Amino acid sequence: MQEQKVRKKKSRIGEIWRQLKKNKIAVISLWVIVFVVLVAIFAPLLAPYSYEQQDRTDPFASPSIKHLLGTDKMGRDVFSRLIWGSRQSLQIGAVSTAISAIAGIILGAIAGYYGGWLDNLLMRLLDIYQSIPMFLLCVTFAAVLGPSLRNAVIAIGISMVPGFARLMRASILSIREMEYVEAARSINASNGRIIRKHIIPNAISPLIVSITMGVGSSALAGAGLSFIGLGVQPPIPEWGGMISDARSIMRAHGELAMYPGICVIITVLAFNLLGDGLRDALDPRLKN
Amino acid sequence: MSDNLLEIRELTVEYHTDEAVVHAVNGVNLTVKRGETIGLVGETGAGKTTIARSILRILQTPPAKFCGGEILYNGQNIMALSEREMRKIRGNKIAMIFQDPMTALNPIEKVGFQIAEAIKLHNKITKPEAERRACDMLETVGIPMERYNEYPHQFSGGMKQRVVIAMALACNPELLLADEPTTALDVTIQAQVLEMMQSLREKFGASVVMITHDLGVVADSCDSVAVIYAGEIAEYGSAEHIFDYPAHPYTIGLFNSLPKLDSTERRLKPIKGLMPDPMNLPRGCKFRDRCQNAGDKCAERTPDVVEVSPGHLVKCVLAGRGDA
Amino acid sequence: MPTLVEAKNLKKYFKTGGGMLHAVDDISFRLDEGKTLGVVGESGCGKTTLGRTIIHLLDPTDGQVFFEGKDITKPTSKELLALREKMQIIFQDPYSSLNPRMSVSESITEPLILQGKLDKQGIRAEVRQLMDTVGIAARFENSYPHELDGGRRQRIGIARALALKPKFIVCDEPVSALDVSIQAQIINLMLDLQEERGLAYMFVTHDLSVVKYISNDILVMYLGQMVEKAPSDELFKNPLHPYTRALLSAIPVPDIHNRKKRIIMQGEITSPINPKPGCRFMARCQHASEECHAPQLQKEASANHFVACCKYQQI
Repeated sequence: MQEQKVRKKKSRIGEIWRQLKKNKIAVISLWVIVFVVLVAIFAPLLAPYSYEQQDRTDPFASPSIKHLLGTDKMGRDVFSRLIWGSRQSLQIGAVSTAISAIAGIILGAIAGYYGGWLDNLLMRLLDIYQSIPMFLLCVTFAAVLGPSLRNAVIAIGISMVPGFARLMRASILSIREMEYVEAARSINASNGRIIRKHIIPNAISPLIVSITMGVGSSALAGAGLSFIGLGVQPPIPEWGGMISDARSIMRAHGELAMYPGICVIITVLAFNLLGDGLRDALDPRLKN
Repeated sequence: MSDNLLEIRELTVEYHTDEAVVHAVNGVNLTVKRGETIGLVGETGAGKTTIARSILRILQTPPAKFCGGEILYNGQNIMALSEREMRKIRGNKIAMIFQDPMTALNPIEKVGFQIAEAIKLHNKITKPEAERRACDMLETVGIPMERYNEYPHQFSGGMKQRVVIAMALACNPELLLADEPTTALDVTIQAQVLEMMQSLREKFGASVVMITHDLGVVADSCDSVAVIYAGEIAEYGSAEHIFDYPAHPYTIGLFNSLPKLDSTERRLKPIKGLMPDPMNLPRGCKFRDRCQNAGDKCAERTPDVVEVSPGHLVKCVLAGRGDA
Repeated sequence: MPTLVEAKNLKKYFKTGGGMLHAVDDISFRLDEGKTLGVVGESGCGKTTLGRTIIHLLDPTDGQVFFEGKDITKPTSKELLALREKMQIIFQDPYSSLNPRMSVSESITEPLILQGKLDKQGIRAEVRQLMDTVGIAARFENSYPHELDGGRRQRIGIARALALKPKFIVCDEPVSALDVSIQAQIINLMLDLQEERGLAYMFVTHDLSVVKYISNDILVMYLGQMVEKAPSDELFKNPLHPYTRALLSAIPVPDIHNRKKRIIMQGEITSPINPKPGCRFMARCQHASEECHAPQLQKEASANHFVACCKYQQI
């Protein structure tokens, strides 16, 4: 029998990939994301023009070989600006999610594992914090700190902390009661080791899903901030900012708002669908 | 009307997943007579619950797939009925008691209301009439009818299981499928519930299919017994046949595995090994790997069913030869 | 045989919204080296809490615990480290007692790493040895719990408990979640280990036929209190407390000719929150009378046979 040899150890990532592969939409989404990331990284090589190069003689040009998607009101190449714009959107998405996930995980882990008054204090603070609408919070932050890419990232990052903290706490609360945590205690494992070895690895699955989706939604929030002028500042292109620029001339040149809009939709959708796929892939109940 | 309320012929059910096919039930034949209690005994994963769910046709398809056989209820093939016709039977003529009383009740509805709903669903009666009958049912299972307006979380485990039983019996079914009805309960509560089921059975005259892994429960309440192993019926007969003259090596092994209250031996005699993986069943006799008497013949093909004495069926090559 | 574990008037209360929950209320027992104490009761009777309190996974509210003659009721953290090597626990649910993200060998290795006495190779050899002892084939060392059946998982739990070479193991319903044929395999394994290593067990269970089989002494609990304690055979031959009698009569026996006459108890277990003094079984007892309202003292009915019922001689 083939079973007689020592079973090869399956890596965690390999296992998730094996499950994820079954979901075609998730795999397509993953490739879309990889594509957008590559475009962002190699923007200087891919974009035919720089993002601020103006062709004053040829504003609102129609798509042509010279300008694949035409030019905007200042005669800048729209296609190039979309490519450069991917950098800003992804940066906002990735960095702000990273900030909020790290802070949220730490806060949630502390509150969940130690419990008691500490848990109460942290959770009540987050309650108050969460009763302020997220977008309003971003607007306030951006307005106070001044509009820039960095401040938009910080504002969005901070506003997403409570969500991650809550998720982590809930996940830890259920795992803390598991018998294997008790078993670890009975063999003299320290608190640090129990959190590191037994709790975090088991609590992380739902977080992976919401981190993935978080990148999408914070990219969307970034576009929103830029749209109202509190995010990335011109002339640096950002998809939300580009839509905002096209606002006044929507009737005559609707396509100028449409292109960045489509980019935002596709990117955010890809992250959400990948998140959905991961949720299924990480659910041990679906494994056999 | 024939004597047989339910006849299962060559029932075969598989579960299809992405990677494999699980052979859950493999050609099961079973007869339930009117007024009889039959015990389905077997270990986890033997296919007991799948059989019960097939009878009610409440298996999720997919992943489950009926691959053959028929289930005759009063001579009528259940598998051929439309969903609408089936709804008239389900809960009305055939009712099921689930293992876990905690999840079998709707937590946000009053228990009395849940019983009345079950009654109204299958009978054209007015609301007050249904409520009156629901009160009667509560009293029948030993719950004072003052508790009609309470919610499931106000009941203890044993009480909840009584409510579940009241719901199952509310429409006076001809056949009751009880899936491990007392497994989640403590022994003293189990004794109460078993006692109550016994007296209700006498009162209502329903046939019962009692699914359990506990031979003690079977001895207590069943007229006949089917021992299930890896989706097949290994041995079938009256309770006397099974308990006094067990003939299949698996049945014998099961009895030997049990710690006996009156024994002084210091070691148990377990069956070695594990039940085969239902995704990858061996050829021939499914119990062969764990059987002490297994020979070459057992590997060749699935053993025929041998009638060792009238009504006592054993699926073993060696049965009835005196050397099993 | 010298006494290994002793509990004196052990109490464990929990604060709840409704008041004090008396999970363990004044339990005393002695357990000799290499022997087994069975603790029997229905769900919610405090038997699991008792096991956890003895090995200090929970701190006792009151009373004392002695191990090898030393008072370990309030150990310093250093003492606790040393104690944990001598007292271990096997859990009921082989599904939740193993970390799903740790392979078989990782789970068994962990206590040895934490102990820090062996080098890498020593640990590897020891893990192999342990897997062999509990009967898990070496090919499963890299498997994860969800790939294994309940019996194998329980064997891993046993190997993990044995890794530190304890003298005393609390077994919290170790076979309740297993099928009978597998249950018998695990019980035999535990009996073998006891013989080889001179282990003492505290075997917590609701299954009386299993406990009769494995125990030298049996302690019957009801709502946090001990109602009866006796050598195993004596308890089954001569149960004195009405609760023990009802419990024994409730076991379904796999014998069709001997359908026992059951003592069907009325009602169900009452709440252990703020219990009244007096017999806690009174509400369900057919023999209850005025005297039962007084606190029930433990009496030694015969040698080593204790019962906490004021009327045991009359019924």
